[in-house]
Amino acid sequence: MFLVAMLMVGIVIAMVAALTADSMMSIRQFGWGFLTGRGWDPIKTQFGALPFIYGTVMSSLIALAISVPFSLGIAIFLVEQAPHYIARPVGFVVELLAAIPSVVYGLWGIFVLAPFLREYVQPALQFAFGRLPLFQGTMTGIGLLTGGIILAIMVTPIISAVVRDVLAAVPGSQREAALALGATKWEMIRVVLVNGAPGIAGAIILGLGRALGETMAVTMVIGNRAQISASLFDPAYTIASAIANEFTEATGDLYVSALVELGLILFLVTFIVNGIARVLVWNVTRKTGGVGRAA
Amino acid sequence: MTALTALCTVLAVGALLIILSYIAWQGIGSLTVQFLIDRSRPVGEGGGIGNAILGSLLLLGISSVIGLPLGISVGVYLSEVGTGRFAGAVRFIVDTLTGIPSIVTGVFVYAVIVLPTKQFSALAGGVALALIMIPIVARTTEEMLKLVPHSLREGALALGAPQWRVTLGVIIPAAAPGIATGAMLAIARVSGETAPLLFTAFGSRFYPASLNEPIASLTVQIYNYAISPYDEWHAQAWAATLVLMVIVLGINIVVRFLTRKRF
Repeated sequence: MFLVAMLMVGIVIAMVAALTADSMMSIRQFGWGFLTGRGWDPIKTQFGALPFIYGTVMSSLIALAISVPFSLGIAIFLVEQAPHYIARPVGFVVELLAAIPSVVYGLWGIFVLAPFLREYVQPALQFAFGRLPLFQGTMTGIGLLTGGIILAIMVTPIISAVVRDVLAAVPGSQREAALALGATKWEMIRVVLVNGAPGIAGAIILGLGRALGETMAVTMVIGNRAQISASLFDPAYTIASAIANEFTEATGDLYVSALVELGLILFLVTFIVNGIARVLVWNVTRKTGGVGRAA
Repeated sequence: MTALTALCTVLAVGALLIILSYIAWQGIGSLTVQFLIDRSRPVGEGGGIGNAILGSLLLLGISSVIGLPLGISVGVYLSEVGTGRFAGAVRFIVDTLTGIPSIVTGVFVYAVIVLPTKQFSALAGGVALALIMIPIVARTTEEMLKLVPHSLREGALALGAPQWRVTLGVIIPAAAPGIATGAMLAIARVSGETAPLLFTAFGSRFYPASLNEPIASLTVQIYNYAISPYDEWHAQAWAATLVLMVIVLGINIVVRFLTRKRF
């Protein structure tokens, strides 16, 4: 049994070791400049990760901006407001959204969401906020905004499930105390939210971790062009989609090595992000024996 | 305000219904018996997803054989054996591993299996899926074992049974249904994985013949067809997606139905 446990530690060490070893050529060649380089040109063997880092971070931030308010609303509704016979089946249906495979979201994104955004949402955004560079440019439906929205749909069930567990773990006495002091229902819910704040932060960071590493759906709708553009309508590229798209076609050792280094960066970032999220969620849910189930 | 939170929930549920009904509407047209058993063929020649279904089943088989015993063992360790800082560290690692992007797992398996053997293979794909399964199975197993009442442990120990017999003979059988559902959920989860298969199992147009060759899978085929420029392949991608969704959601709903008393 101890050996099996050691195996888990071993897997993590082996991952770091293998990814580092295979990206050594790229690390030697570019050093820290890899993180700030803006050019990604396989033909000139120029590799800089900044466009991918930008695309990954921006698409994840768009996803969180949309999904966090929704997830909080869903969790509050399920824990504090809905009667039991509604909360259970509805909670399950929301969880089912998390069970839909990434590639299915991607397929739906290409053929339904992207045309919908191109025809209706992007013109409306441009009409309303067209003076901002964020909403200028050609409206193709494929780009950073679409990637962010697909991600938002994908992380909403994850965040809302964890927030639900966190809220459920807030002791009932807190609610009773607030109500006894004359708080209204909404003031009481605010007390519950403040109590669960670290856990809610953990849930959001957990969603961030998922969004950063999500691959297939984003690859299919974000446009896959290594550029940093001010407009959210323009194509972009994420770390994960660069690996998915170019790995099997990469010619030349340095090219492969640069892609593996992208993988190493993604591994380290998501490991740290998930670690922080786990600590925050555990501190809230484990105290009362609640279980952070969604993962 | 209640209306606002209810609206959030309705939108989420609505999103699921819209996506599912659109898949059913688009997919049902091309879904024939011929499509389910034929192998994939070039554009214009029809073809089906028989090889992809077989390939996916084979990949799931390989990953289950590797991943389930290891995952369950880690879960047993965390719940019954491990104590102190080391077990805490292992639990933390297992939890954090569940959040590692599956594409990174694919790169890792590419580095340690595909590169040395110099070929994409069903085996490499299976190992990649197993690596994703292990932490999921380990966590659900641990949670299920923790639900077993302490009195059962104490009773068995009081009868003079050694720790290993208590674990193997009493605790694990008592938690077996829960462990099985955890395993089913893990299988459902990896059956939808695409990213780790792209450069491990790679894909193929033929029926699987050997574990040492590239192998087709439903998800990779959906991806390849979806990003192709051909309408015929798009239609096939929708039909294949319908099949995949029936499998994945089917497992989820059956598991939920079987465990509804527990949760």
